[in-house]
Parts: sequence; C-alpha cells; structure tokens
Amino acid sequence: MKITRRTALQGTAGALALGVGGFNFDFTKAEAQAPAVKRGGNLTFAISAETPHYDPAGSDTYATLHFAAPFYSTLLRFNLSKFPAVEGDLAQSWTVSPDLMTYTFKLHPNVKFHDGSTLTSADVKATYDRLRNPPAGVVSTRKATFADIGTIETPDANTVIFKMKDVNAAMIEHFASPWNVIYTAKDITADPNFPKTKVNGTGPFTFVEHVKGSHVSGKKNDGYFKKGLPYLDGWKGVFTLQAAAMLNAVQGGQVLGEFRGISPAERDRLVQTMGDKIRIEEQSWTLNLLVCFNVDKKPFDDVRVRKALLMAIDRWGGSVGLSRISTLRSVGGVVRPGSPMATPEADLVKLPGFSKDIKKSREEAKKLLKEAGQENLKFVLWNRNLAMPYTPAGIFLVDQWRQIGVEVEHKQSDTGAYLATMNAGNHDVAIDFSNLFMDDTSLALAKYLSVTRAPENRSRSKDAELDKLYDDHIRERNPEKRKALIRAFEKRLFEQAYQQPLLWWHRIVPTHKVLMGWKMSPSHNLGAQLEDVWLNA
Amino acid sequence: MTIAAPAVPTPRIREPNWFLDFCRQQPLGAVSFVIICCMMFAGIFSRLVAPYDPLDIDFASILGAPSWEHPCGTDAYGRDICSRLIFGSRTALVIGFTSSFIGSTLGAVLGVASAYFGGRIDNWIQRFMDILLAFPLIVLALVVVAALRKFVIGGVDVNLIFAIAIPILPRVARVVRAAALSVRVMPYVDAARAAGYSDTRIIFRHMAPNVVAPYLIMLTAFIAQAILAEASLSFLGLGVTEPTAAWGLMLSGNAADFYREAPWMILFPGAAISLAVFAFNLFGDSLRDYLDPRFRM
Repeated sequence: MKITRRTALQGTAGALALGVGGFNFDFTKAEAQAPAVKRGGNLTFAISAETPHYDPAGSDTYATLHFAAPFYSTLLRFNLSKFPAVEGDLAQSWTVSPDLMTYTFKLHPNVKFHDGSTLTSADVKATYDRLRNPPAGVVSTRKATFADIGTIETPDANTVIFKMKDVNAAMIEHFASPWNVIYTAKDITADPNFPKTKVNGTGPFTFVEHVKGSHVSGKKNDGYFKKGLPYLDGWKGVFTLQAAAMLNAVQGGQVLGEFRGISPAERDRLVQTMGDKIRIEEQSWTLNLLVCFNVDKKPFDDVRVRKALLMAIDRWGGSVGLSRISTLRSVGGVVRPGSPMATPEADLVKLPGFSKDIKKSREEAKKLLKEAGQENLKFVLWNRNLAMPYTPAGIFLVDQWRQIGVEVEHKQSDTGAYLATMNAGNHDVAIDFSNLFMDDTSLALAKYLSVTRAPENRSRSKDAELDKLYDDHIRERNPEKRKALIRAFEKRLFEQAYQQPLLWWHRIVPTHKVLMGWKMSPSHNLGAQLEDVWLNA
Repeated sequence: MTIAAPAVPTPRIREPNWFLDFCRQQPLGAVSFVIICCMMFAGIFSRLVAPYDPLDIDFASILGAPSWEHPCGTDAYGRDICSRLIFGSRTALVIGFTSSFIGSTLGAVLGVASAYFGGRIDNWIQRFMDILLAFPLIVLALVVVAALRKFVIGGVDVNLIFAIAIPILPRVARVVRAAALSVRVMPYVDAARAAGYSDTRIIFRHMAPNVVAPYLIMLTAFIAQAILAEASLSFLGLGVTEPTAAWGLMLSGNAADFYREAPWMILFPGAAISLAVFAFNLFGDSLRDYLDPRFRM
C-alpha cells in the first residue's frame, strides 16, 4: 500500500484518537512515567478569547477562567487524575451528613490573600452568599445551583457549615466548581462588583498585569498555602483571537499550548509541521453549542416558529461533515452523549429536531411556519466571532434554515459584545453555549430553568413545569427514577423549543512536550490553576 | 458666361469614436476593460451565471478538487468555489465601486472647494487632509471599521463602505485641488465671479467639469484599492461575514486550515483578486494616458 502524506496524517490522528481519547485514559500510569519536576521558568500560552470582566462567579466563558483561575482557590476541586473524583483545595477536610443536608468544611489554616489578609470562614460565607443571593447589580451565573443552601454558619475562623433547604445529590461536585473562587469578605462587602475589575485571591499566582487586546500575566505567589507549589515563576496568557495566529504561535514556540481546544484540521497541521515536538490529547467535551430563541421577541414567542426552525436542522448529517472541519462532533440532548445519564439515540430521534428523516422533518417545519404565518421569515442570527466552532456552526445553520425558505443574516461579534447582546435580550436567535465542568445533570439542566432562577438562560423562557422537573430530579436518589425525570425534562424542553443543543464538541488540546504536569479532562474549565504545571526545558 | 464655381466638397465631419480610439491607443487598457466588463456581467447576473447557489453546503463534496462538476473545486463545506467567486465579484464591485465613488466624489468636492476659497479655508481643509494622509489606507480603514458597528442594508455593510471611502477621500482631494488651482486662475472663473454667480455655482458649474479627467482617473484607480481593502478587511475578519461570498473571506477561515490539502481554496480567490486589481489599475493608467494630452505624444 502506498503511504501518502494524507494517509499518514489520518493514521496519526486515528492512533491519537484511539490511544489518548476516551473516558478511560489512565492518567496515573502516565504520571508514573513522568520525569522529575523542574522548578522555575515562565509559561506562555494562548487564550483564544478575551474576558469581558475578571469575575468567574458572573461568567460562563472559559475566557474568564483561563484568565483568572491561577489567581484564586476554590473550596474543593476536581482531581483530574481521577476525574470526576473531588479533592480539597482551600478545604483541608469535609464531612457530609447522611441525609445530605449538612456539609461541614475545615479550612487550611493561615491561608493568605494576595493583599496579605488571612482567609477565614467569613470569606467563604461572603463568597457563597454573593453566589446564591447576589446583591443588586451583581450577576451570579450559578444562582440556581446554590439556591438550595439554607444557611451558612461559621462557628470558628476555619470552619464553614452549609445547611441545605433541600437535597441536591451532586452538591459536593458543585462545591468543586472551578467558577466558585473565594473572594475576601471585605472586598465584596465594600464593593460587590470588586471582582469584576480587580484581583485579590489566594491562588498560586499573583496578578501582574492585563494589557487589553494583548495579554494577562501572573507571577509565583511565594506565600501560597500549598508548600512547594507552584513550580513556575510566572505565566503569560496571550490573547490570540485569530485561529491562524494561535496556530502560528504554537508552531513557532511563542506559546507552549492552547488549553481550550483546536479543530481536527489544526491538529493535523501541527502534527505535520512539528512532529514529535507537539503533544496532542483528545477527549469528548462537556460542552455544546445551543440554538437559542429569544422568547420575548416576536415571532419567537410562538412555539410553532421555534419548533419549525429546530426541525429544519439535519444534526446527523451535519455531525458527519462538521466533525471533519471543526470541533463539533456528537449529536446529543441536554446531557453529554456517552455519559451515564445521556439519552440513547433510539429515544433521541423521536424528539423534535433530532429526526433522521430530515426531508419529512423539513416538510413539517414548513407547515408549522405556514400555520404561524411566517412563511417569509427573516431574522438575525447572533454569533460569537470565534472561528472554532462558532463560525462553522453559523454557516451550517444559515444553510439549514434557507432550506425551509427562511432568510438569515449572520452577525458575529467579540465575546464581550456577543454576551452583552444576549444577556440584555437584544438578540432574535443566537448560537449560545452550555459550558459544563462535569456530567452531573443538576449542572447540565440548570441552564434551561426559568430566567428568573437561571440568568444564563438566554432564551429568557419562564416555564414552571421545567423548574419542577428539575427540582424533583435533583432530590431523587434512585438513578432510574432520576433518569426518567431527565427524559421528561428534555421532552418538555424540546417540545417547547426554547433552546436546543446543536452538536456536542470534541476536545483536542495541543501542548509542547516541554510543558509538563498539565492534565487533560472533558472540560476546558478545569485544570486552569496551573499550580502543578512545570517546564521540562 | 458665368464661371462655374468649383464644387467645394462638403467637409465630412467624422464624429470621433472614443471607444475605438481608446482601444487603438491603449490595447492593454482595452483588455482590462473587457475583464472589468466580464466581472460586472458576472456580478450583475450572478444568479444566471453561477452553476450553484454559493451558500449551499454539501458535506458529500467537502474539499473536492476542480472537476467538470465544480470547475474551481469545493471548499471545506462542499460549497462550489466557482459560484462563490461569481457572487464574490458582486460583493467586490458593490463595495469597490461605491466606496471609491463616495471617497473620490467627496474628495473632488473638497479639493475644488479648497482651491476655490483658498486662504484659511484651504489651510484648514488641507491640514485635515494631512492628518488623514498620515495613515496608510488599510490602517485608516481598519480604525474606521473597528470604530463603527456593522450597519447592513440589502446585505451590504454601509459602514464598511465608509471605512474604505474615508481613506480615499484625502488622496483624491489633494490631486483634484492641484488641478483646480490652475483652473481657478482662468479668466472665465473671474468672469463668473464678476457676474455675481454664487460660490456653489462657480464650483460645480465652472470649475468641477474642468477637473473631471483627474477625478475619473482617481476613481478607477481607487476601485482597485477599494477591492483590495475589502478583501484585506474580510481576510482579517472585519469585513463581510460568513457565509456571504467574498473573495477576501474565501482566503481566510477554513482556507488557512486546508490550503495544503486543497490548494484551489486559495488559488482561485487569490487569482480573482489579483486579476480584478490588475484590470482596474491598468484601466486607470490607460485612461490617464488617454485623457492627459501630455501622454498623447
């Protein structure tokens, strides 16, 4: 057989996908073979979007976490070597009552914030109070998740007790969320919006500078409470909004990696040009793009219009083509395909928008539009100007909707403007995203709750039935009954067609082989603290 | 006896055929004119000329090589590149013509007014032009396009047109002002002023027609620059957005990922931009040579 460059590349990619991908990659084995840690050096990496502000509690874009996570700590965090196991970060130990109604955390003593003040349980309480009950003018993206917390007690400076109003079976995982970074009580009491523009954490690195449009940088926190960490002297995150610029920077060694993810074509290019200098890791991703209708705007207040537009999309055909050219890959419902609670394909195809008979589906869509008096529908599709995978998704959707006679203007803007437009409800239809850090459904479903409970619901829908199904499911401990409630939630959501996953992503991360200690996971929100990262140079 | 007067032949006054004259004197200009006409034809009648809809995705034909079915191949979405080039010529011409026309016309008006009024008005206008001229065309266009938000009418971003027109304005104003300075001292301008005509009338009826030649030359020359600027801005992600067919856009995005595997993705749009710029530049040069008596020797 003749081995061409193309077959060699395909073989390499396939081998990488088989060898490194999948849920069961043995990280511990890889760790055992790792060389001895070297201290010092500065890491430069790419961040392909610039955060609109510095506050992870009010954000759901990785642009904020890749920027801010190294400056902060959380109560718990995910152990990426044993994902989804949880380990302590600021919490030295913790106990959970058998009825799941009380969570007690013991904090590490003498933890210092970067301004020199000492961390106490009052800081944890203030941070979580801000998360679950944000003051006027503060956005908490995780308000719904922590709504079940009844009271937070601080019996002493190093003990925090969370008493729940209701059971949430995944509460420990929520305490490990990378977004719940701990702020000082004095900062957020004096100015609740302090974290949006200033940085004062207990993380492994202290803030050095943010040059807008250029970079953010941090230096080693000598007073970090985990002795011997971090290994690096400092780091610099360079904003590379153009994919081509990012790839060139990786290829030229100006940056040693990009921790979000690249497309299959970009991966092939790096492997082809860099050979054994580049490390590629792949895994399915806890992230999907959503087609999101603003139900406050006409004609998207009409369920027939929304449903028709979803039914026109050939997800199955699209996944075949788009997976070749972008990070979009799997067809799935509200839970990541392949994860334990995911909807099986046989059930999924019965839901609106997931039929494999696209011709029939589009005929029905045209009928629905006619019934709604919207045969000549025209609207603007809001999208983010990130090439991967937002642009391919936008191009795909415009094509799909043209096939039922709908005319769409595709508007792309910077992350800040894109989020501001959607958060203010100024969009007609948008490509939104569901950015998860774990597979637990209490997180995955929260985005679809009524906007009064979940500000990140950009369809602005209010649906008491969905809210009740969500509440029932998080209290349910029987996995089968829980699964049934999730199915009912998904059916209701897709029948009402407020928003719907377009496709789930596939994560491909390139790093130079000199970069060590960074761990791959199904979420690009995890592992951004960089405390274990070192350079083998 | 009368002496018959010799028959004086009635002189045949031949209307000059400007077009044939231009073709004979400027063969390269004529060739460019044909190319421009082809582009205009393709742009105006895109729907009739293009073999496929430029937005139609066909995942079965991703990155297809040039063939009888797809003469210029297909892109990463299986879209027909030939059809996208044909529709792209519409984008290039609409933005190229409109921005060049707006920039050149405003520049010409400012140039003539500046020359006519002289003194402080001339000084103020020219210093403002100096500020604009301090920036290269593409840099100024980038600044303007970044400062203005998109304002789409009929599928065309009006602000993109202005972003390209603004840098053209001072360049035309400077050239036209130089021509207008020599017109201003002509006796007929003094006569018009003495007759009490208004400034507006003198500028538009007496001076402007006499600076049409440099204006036309600049107009055609800047169409090429505008097409190039539009392609550059689209390439940088600041021009038209996907899935609109535009030549600059065809060179960016997925083309950067797949050009090794599918070189036709960059080859044909690159050739189209080069050909259009070449044709407009050559046509502008030929027009200058044809209209300027100093080049007619």
